[in-house]
Amino acid sequence: MNVLTDNFSDYGAGFLGTLELTVYASLLALALGFLMASFRVAPVGSLRIFGTVWVAVLRNTPLTLLFFAVLLGLPRFGLVLPFEVFAVLALGCYTSAFICEALRSGINTVPRGQGEAARSLGMTFGQTLSLVVLPQAFRSVIPPVGSTLIALAKNSAIAGAFSVTELLGTYKTLNELGYSIIWTFVWIAVGYLVITLAISAVFHALERRWGVAR
Amino acid sequence: MAVDPLIELRNVNKYYGELHVLRDIDLTVGKGEVVVVIGPSGSGKSTLCRTINRLETIESGTITLDGRPLPAEGKALARLRAEVGMVFQSFNLFAHKTVLQNVSLAQVKVRRRRQEEADRRSRELLDRVGLLNQAGKYPAQLSGGQQQRVAIARALAMEPKAMLFDEPTSALDPEMINEVLEVMRQLAREGMTMVVVTHEMGFARASANRVVFMADGRIVEDRSPDEFFTHPRSDRAKDFLSKILKH
Repeated sequence: MNVLTDNFSDYGAGFLGTLELTVYASLLALALGFLMASFRVAPVGSLRIFGTVWVAVLRNTPLTLLFFAVLLGLPRFGLVLPFEVFAVLALGCYTSAFICEALRSGINTVPRGQGEAARSLGMTFGQTLSLVVLPQAFRSVIPPVGSTLIALAKNSAIAGAFSVTELLGTYKTLNELGYSIIWTFVWIAVGYLVITLAISAVFHALERRWGVAR
Repeated sequence: MAVDPLIELRNVNKYYGELHVLRDIDLTVGKGEVVVVIGPSGSGKSTLCRTINRLETIESGTITLDGRPLPAEGKALARLRAEVGMVFQSFNLFAHKTVLQNVSLAQVKVRRRRQEEADRRSRELLDRVGLLNQAGKYPAQLSGGQQQRVAIARALAMEPKAMLFDEPTSALDPEMINEVLEVMRQLAREGMTMVVVTHEMGFARASANRVVFMADGRIVEDRSPDEFFTHPRSDRAKDFLSKILKH
């Protein structure tokens, strides 16, 4: 039981590490996911292909493999960054593929006529998407995007294997110090719960605010 | 008749895969003219209407608007679409915007008007279609006829050179059809150039300068409403009229 109080700073550092990874990777995933979803419905063929390939490659690669590719691959091309940044890149790009598909399914729920009406008034593709289609799509993608970001928070544990400070990794130190493995993991689980329940709460609030105002 | 052509289609062909939906269409609509397109379902009349602002692409032929050919894509096409108002069968009001916002949105974003100026003009137009008191509501709170009148106001707010109506009353309850037709009749009287795809023969008789009858992707007849309704030339048109005018 006193595993938490004795090692509060270790737990704290791990918790903050996971929190940082989650926040930064989420922002990256949302931005890239939004961009790729726009590409996938764009009138320009080459953009559609780029979006499709992006999703196919990232969604179908195991995340651990992607971490290897980013952390070991990019330095070979002369790109040397802190491991934390590489971890955010890997997590963010991976998750962006899922965000993209959630957004795209939302776009498909908006009736065709909405986009046609916008275009017939002289709006460009970008205006049609940002002013008419996405605001309506947004309402139906709140739940799946929430789930995707919760998965991202938990996936961030993989970064621990690449010597990034994060919550799950704290168990190694504590285990070596002889603390009960069960209680060590209970407190780690509580840390993850704090983050994932916070994400749930944010998306629940978003859904209450935007989800039904039709 | 068409001394000053605004919309010109020359040799237009369109396919949906194997299906040849528009066959060698030639059609000229002069400034201020009201052309009503009628015909059996599947005859290509809606498709014809939608090609004029390139919501449907065509495989061959040319379409010019006010002397300029339709651009294929991008900003030039968007600019041209702003010059042609379109009213849809299913209204297509922006579901997440109020009535006033629906009418103002494109004025601000496409015409670059200031918000207050756009809203002032929107209120004038809503007043004209008799819906000023509904300005703060969402489309789902309005009846079909009211939604369609808002849609007409939204299109007019861009000050278009021509208006396309794609079966504007086909999704309406019978008692709401007239309120929409009244707005259209008023527009026709004011000299708006209009292409109207409809099944409302009363409107065609009273307000059209010309009736275009389509069947199987071709224009079969293109004549004044009086001539067309009293003495249709083709068997196809006679057959069509006998079916719809009897009930």
